[in-house]
Amino acid sequence: MHPFRTLTTTAVPLPIEDVDTDQIIPARFLKATTREGFGENLFRDWRYDKLNHPKDFVLNNPVYAGDILMAGANFGCGSSREHAAWAIQDFGFRAVVSSYFADIFRGNALNNGLLPVTITPEALDEAFRTIEQNPAARFTVNLLEQTFTNEDTGTVTGFPIDEYKKTCLINGYDDIDFLLSQAQQIEAFEAGRVDHSI
Amino acid sequence: MPTLFDKVWDAHVVTEVPGGNQVLYIDRHLIHEVTSPQAFNGLRQRGIRLARPDRIVATADHNVPTKEQHKPIAEPLSRKQVEMLTTNCAEFGVELYGLGHPYQGIVHVIGPELGITRPGITMVCGDSHTSTHGAFGAIAFGIGTSQVEQVMATQCVLMSKPKKMRINVEGELQPGVTAKDLILYVIAQLGTGGGTGHFVEYAGSAVCALSMEGRMTVCNMSIEMGARGGLIAPDQTTFDYIEGREFAPRGADWEAAVAHWRTLPTDVDAVFDTEYTYRAEDIPPMITYGTNPGMGMGVTDLIPMASDLHGEASMHKAMNYMDLHIGQQMEGMPIDYVFIGSCTNSRIEDLRLAGALVQGKQIAPGITGIVVPGSQQVAKQAIAEGLDKVFETAGFEFRGAGCSACLGMNEDKVPAGRYCVSTSNRNFEGRQGPGARTILASPLTAAAAAIAGRIVDVRNEYAVLA
Repeated sequence: MHPFRTLTTTAVPLPIEDVDTDQIIPARFLKATTREGFGENLFRDWRYDKLNHPKDFVLNNPVYAGDILMAGANFGCGSSREHAAWAIQDFGFRAVVSSYFADIFRGNALNNGLLPVTITPEALDEAFRTIEQNPAARFTVNLLEQTFTNEDTGTVTGFPIDEYKKTCLINGYDDIDFLLSQAQQIEAFEAGRVDHSI
Repeated sequence: MPTLFDKVWDAHVVTEVPGGNQVLYIDRHLIHEVTSPQAFNGLRQRGIRLARPDRIVATADHNVPTKEQHKPIAEPLSRKQVEMLTTNCAEFGVELYGLGHPYQGIVHVIGPELGITRPGITMVCGDSHTSTHGAFGAIAFGIGTSQVEQVMATQCVLMSKPKKMRINVEGELQPGVTAKDLILYVIAQLGTGGGTGHFVEYAGSAVCALSMEGRMTVCNMSIEMGARGGLIAPDQTTFDYIEGREFAPRGADWEAAVAHWRTLPTDVDAVFDTEYTYRAEDIPPMITYGTNPGMGMGVTDLIPMASDLHGEASMHKAMNYMDLHIGQQMEGMPIDYVFIGSCTNSRIEDLRLAGALVQGKQIAPGITGIVVPGSQQVAKQAIAEGLDKVFETAGFEFRGAGCSACLGMNEDKVPAGRYCVSTSNRNFEGRQGPGARTILASPLTAAAAAIAGRIVDVRNEYAVLA
């Protein structure tokens, strides 16, 4: 996992609520057995018509670019497919900003070093307005300080992230490394309980 | 004063991690072909084995054909993915109920029917509808592939404890109203993100009165309001369902397990972070009009205006996709497809309900009707009861087990622009195929729609069945 510290970039706006993972990566593209290459089909059916011609969609609009995907509330709802996080990251985004994320997507993003940045609905609305007026507007995500800055307006908003996950992201650590380090505690737990589960 | 959720969660905490996370022990791990290959690859790259292969069960469901299942899978990528599951399970020593095995089926159907799912356990699967298993009073939730790998490697996940919500449904469901309508009603009240960050306990007399299969339908769709999972207190209905199943405890083990399970229900003075109460009598047969499961309404209602739950932009996009409009009545609207299946509604009771309605009737001209049993065992039971013939005589196709047209990963898709009344769980854009328009409903409403060729209120047209 690549470390994440701070990022200053333009953003791609997707001001729609409840964007589900079936839109992010449709099920028919889940047949691959590796983690790579999903970016090609990110938002496939919003980007292309059935003849594979580009549609009027923000990812096809050269006016918008950047490493931040700025999305409406409840981003990533629906299926648990981690392929959604892989696709966003493979496309080139490093952070997704929204007023809240679906739980499983949020966890999947964090496990891949794709930073989910939760800001207030007001700060999100302001960011969308800023991009609308100036697509070249820049935003800074500072993980160390846990701040999101709208460089155009100067508005600085904090965002929450737990300390453990923050450390993982800054250093590029996986949960699995940590869990493997807990082997003794896990064995002790297994030995010390009455188990009716199996 | 702990809740059911507290009791199960707290009993599985291995250690606390500074910063609010906990290492949670996972009792049972279900895997399938779509979200496991990258996890097995990860283990290989790290050079590690499974921590507890005896706690994992695998099946092939998402990406399998539902026709001619005895033949090799025609589509090369699907075949490769299913073959990879077989190879991985053999290499790592995982019990696999693959295509052709009498236990094969949708992962959330086979867990309960085999007695793998039990009260008081923690269970995960790389699939969001793992919430289904909460019907037994288990903590069951969907995880991503990185977490699948973590559980494979350590039998644990790292998580912060979710908040607690209780949803009470009191009273008696009206004739023609099913568990599916109950949960679609709740989701329509709370919206597709209303349960985010929470585990939901369903309670109240209407919930307690549900069969285990009805309870599974309710818990299955917890994720559709954004909840991590849903659960229902285990009771005699639960124990009766489990007893005698293939892997259920027996003899003294059974007695000890039941004694433990009886201690699990929420204490009377327990407090939830959020609580809602609804009247069962207020719940009509439900349908969805939009492109997320929160966009639901009573079958006779008019499509509502944008609201706090569904903003202008979302409603506009949804109406455009569905080719419907605000204020429109959907009752009476012609439809093209009917899909009876999915981890929400593919169990024997669902097939019996739909079968009773179509018995002796014919599906309307021009309607394509597909019935996909949730598992080989459900299919076997349905055939034993003659339900396959009931459906086929009525003009439905009766298929082999799998996820099928719920997510359209295999060739079971609804064509672009066509309306499908579906007993599945998601009406997202393109879910059942690019451009497909999904209307979620109960098996009863779906069967009635197939016969009528249009959306009907089962309370009027089939009152005789009530």
